[in-house]
Amino acid sequence: MSTLAREDALARPAQMVVAERRRRPFPWGALTVHGLLLVAVAVIAFPLYYAFVISTQEVSEVIQKPPRLLPSAHLVENYYEAWQRSGMGRLLLNSTIVAVGVAVGKISISILSAFAIVYFRFRGRQFVFWMIFVTLMLPIPVRILPTYEVIGNLGWLNTYAGLTVPLMASATATFLFRQFYLTMPNELAEAAQLDGAGPMRFLWSILLPLSWANIAALFVVLFIYGWNEYFWPLLITNTEEMRTVVIGLESLIPRSGTELPTWNYIMAGAMMALLPPVAVILFMQRWFVRGLIESEK
Amino acid sequence: MEAFSRRWTALAVAVGVLLIGMPAQAKTEIHFWHAMTGQLGTSLEAQAKQFNESQGEYEVKPLRKGNYAQTLTAAIAAYRQKNPPHIVQVFEVGTQTMLMSGAVYPVYDLMKHYEIPVKWNDFIKPVVGYYTKDGKLYSMPYNSSTPIFYYNKDAFKKAGLAPDKPPKTWKDVEAYAKKILAAGAAKCGFSTGWPSWTMVENMHATHDQPFASKNNGFGGVEGVELLVNRAFGQKHIGQLAAWQKDNVYSYGGRGGAADPKFVNGDCAMYVQSSALIGGFTRGVKFDWGTGELPHWGAPYRKATSIIGGATLWVLKGKPEAEYRGVARFLEFLAKPEQQMWWHVNTGYLAISNTAVRNLEQGYHFVRNPKQYTAFAQLTGLPPTPPAAMAGKKAAPAKAERVATANSSGLRLGNFVQIRDVIESEMENIFAGKKSAKQGLDDAVAKSNALLKDFAATYKQ
Amino acid sequence: MRRTVFANRWLPYLLVLPQVLVTVVFFFWPAAKSFYLSVFKSPPFGGRDIFVGLDNFTALLTTSDYYDSVVSSFVFAGGVTGLSVVGGLVVAALANQKIRGLTLYRTALLWPYGIAPAIAGIIFLFIFHPAYGILPYFFSFVTAYEFNWLLRGWIAMALVITATAWTHLGYNIAFFLAGLQAIPTSVVEAASVDGAGPVRRFTAIVLPLISPVTFYLVVVNMVFAFFGSFGVIHAVTLGGPGHATEIMVYKLWKDGFIGLDLGSSAAQSVILMAVVIGLTVLQFRFAEKKVTY
Repeated sequence: MSTLAREDALARPAQMVVAERRRRPFPWGALTVHGLLLVAVAVIAFPLYYAFVISTQEVSEVIQKPPRLLPSAHLVENYYEAWQRSGMGRLLLNSTIVAVGVAVGKISISILSAFAIVYFRFRGRQFVFWMIFVTLMLPIPVRILPTYEVIGNLGWLNTYAGLTVPLMASATATFLFRQFYLTMPNELAEAAQLDGAGPMRFLWSILLPLSWANIAALFVVLFIYGWNEYFWPLLITNTEEMRTVVIGLESLIPRSGTELPTWNYIMAGAMMALLPPVAVILFMQRWFVRGLIESEK
Repeated sequence: MEAFSRRWTALAVAVGVLLIGMPAQAKTEIHFWHAMTGQLGTSLEAQAKQFNESQGEYEVKPLRKGNYAQTLTAAIAAYRQKNPPHIVQVFEVGTQTMLMSGAVYPVYDLMKHYEIPVKWNDFIKPVVGYYTKDGKLYSMPYNSSTPIFYYNKDAFKKAGLAPDKPPKTWKDVEAYAKKILAAGAAKCGFSTGWPSWTMVENMHATHDQPFASKNNGFGGVEGVELLVNRAFGQKHIGQLAAWQKDNVYSYGGRGGAADPKFVNGDCAMYVQSSALIGGFTRGVKFDWGTGELPHWGAPYRKATSIIGGATLWVLKGKPEAEYRGVARFLEFLAKPEQQMWWHVNTGYLAISNTAVRNLEQGYHFVRNPKQYTAFAQLTGLPPTPPAAMAGKKAAPAKAERVATANSSGLRLGNFVQIRDVIESEMENIFAGKKSAKQGLDDAVAKSNALLKDFAATYKQ
Repeated sequence: MRRTVFANRWLPYLLVLPQVLVTVVFFFWPAAKSFYLSVFKSPPFGGRDIFVGLDNFTALLTTSDYYDSVVSSFVFAGGVTGLSVVGGLVVAALANQKIRGLTLYRTALLWPYGIAPAIAGIIFLFIFHPAYGILPYFFSFVTAYEFNWLLRGWIAMALVITATAWTHLGYNIAFFLAGLQAIPTSVVEAASVDGAGPVRRFTAIVLPLISPVTFYLVVVNMVFAFFGSFGVIHAVTLGGPGHATEIMVYKLWKDGFIGLDLGSSAAQSVILMAVVIGLTVLQFRFAEKKVTY
């Protein structure tokens, strides 16, 4: 299945070259398309560029009119200051632990439960199935206070377990794996049974290798979800040492209205906080995009 | 000298501890949840650190839990989990909720229990009055401020106005604003921070008008109703809405959202918390001054303003032995030198008369006249700082403002939501969606429902 | 179609156990607790619960504020979905032309998906800022109209919609691009031989072919806008001005966590849960059909 997709992907550029060579290229059309795409890229990238520009300026440059659109010379000191003020090292570490924890945990439990639902017939299967799937889209803010109490009863306040496990309580990943398993040809399981392979062996050496693209795609999605979660970590962390970066960034923003916001530090902090998830997308985009497509089928 | 001797004391204590052989890590932790960010947070941490170094038994651990609302929510959730912090910083609008909660160890009782002498009478009345019930102070005032009037002296000069004469009445404000606009010295006359606090709560107080029935809520929970839709409220808010149309006034959002309007020079005048003096001193490039809140004049009496900010509440549910440390920390914060340090570093008010007197004698107000405005407005004293002279006693100044029941604070249940309701309706009025009367009527109706709800929740 | 299954008495239970455990502990138990709280009035610090029956629900359903928040939610979700799905489709269609540097463009368009809504909110807050913002500054040359989101509800709404749509645009582009590339080139080429212009080709042939992707994205974006964008509103408008950007989730949070009205907040949870579960079942039925036809 996925080898087919790969061949298809390899074949496409060659086709394109042939098509271009055969047909008269209309440079005007291509130029227009390039132009429009560049405009789109510019529009999309501008907010980030501007945030970066602000992060390199002094406070007086930040509020000057007309606004200054070019980076200034204070990059190092602003980033240093933002890093120091917010204790960025620890924040980034915590966010990494939470994001990876949520991604790995949720993917693991989802693979197992989706496998059970698709490849076994057991009493209560329908019940379990629906029980999991009603939670498909239920967001955490809707049930946050009782969830907090549960965490308290478990003694998980201010722990990594408390930060990650409740975020795994959603069925999106299970749903995607189930969809994916359903597209697997029946012969795979039949062949495995003929070979005398047990279910866990089938899962481990046949299903998993075929699911890498999905796993990678989900990893990206869940990593970002865990990294960007704002509300939950704010509520359950009790010490600065357990804060995640999206929350820690808040400490740079004076909210009480008694101080002038140092926008340059805020933006410097924002740049540092958004870099890891964006980097994950960029580095994993090949698998991410393909995994998305296959999961969606 | 003092620091020197303190260091020696600390050393002596440390040596003593070593001799007795008490392990150094046996310090009892005191958890202190707060909502201070930036410079304020740094000052708070410095204070805690100083306390920790001043003695060897207790370790105060400050933790920022988000903004005021988030801090309170976190403390409530933790209390319900039977693991609250010892101390939590709560904004003034949460006072009634805290008083009714049954979760609080009143500061007065705490200090009495540990036999720590505190001169309660030395505290500035409008500050402690806000947090006192049945003659007992329930929470320790920490960061208190009051709204004052800021103005851009450069813009005043450009418009041909006297740079040392801030407007005294709202009529002045209008006239000045029109001159400033005509001279092109600014784009708008004035703006406001914390709209409900500065323009509704404090305007009612300084004009000796009731904000709510039952003595602004001090008379009980049952049957309290808001009174801001009366003639005075309609007049003031209606006027703001009219001024909004010709840029005499420019609404700039809630909290501190409008601060940049003043800092940028867009608006020449600004009503905001006195605690911003520090921030403006660092951030404002032009010459600026402060004045007292403008007044509408007769027939309204000129009364003192009310405070805002937050206090420290001690929560029940911790081991008995640890409260001694809490009491010691609060005692430390109440010391005049800590009060002075906090005031000078943050711009929040020093809350004991001794601290204020010491500041005066140290020529603090002569050198920083802007810092005096808030004290004058709260106590009713004349707005110019007395030329304090060491040794020579200045003649007692005659009060210019009266302290009345209407100006001694507000005590309302669900006040956080009420403020939100009032500010939402102000926005509707200023945006021209509703008339002042309609908006205020709606605000009162919604607030009364909230007050009724609060009373029902706590019904005996 | 009959699927091959494995026979084992205990293994399937063991396999679903972690998921079931997490779901029960962190979903069903809290949900049950919300139901419980929704029929009580409770002081925030606890100590007593006064049974009030359905009062919390009737209080909500008889005030205009709640309906306003329902309307705001749909305006917001509709705006975000419209902007990011249509925008995503247009950009993806452009990028799907036979041009060089496709991967480069895709990379340049995809990354905003990684940015937290709260952080996107902070960035857009600055760009729209009435005093410092670059956008109001440039608009001030064009028109005297004051683009003040602190006072004008629709500007505030436009601001939070833009910020939210921005973070989700990349995701939509990636999906559409994938959908478009899965269309066999022969189909489109056949149409161009028939003399159909590029726009006609797109609307008559391409659009129907990618309708499943579009449907999926509309649902995902709606849900994301309804629930995932709390951080934007919290970081930027706090629901104001007036109640212009107070969407349902934000109101629920505000009443519960700022207003400390646990009963009303729980009642709002219950209403939202019902809506969401309804939506999930609907979407699921649809997806089921799509898979099995």
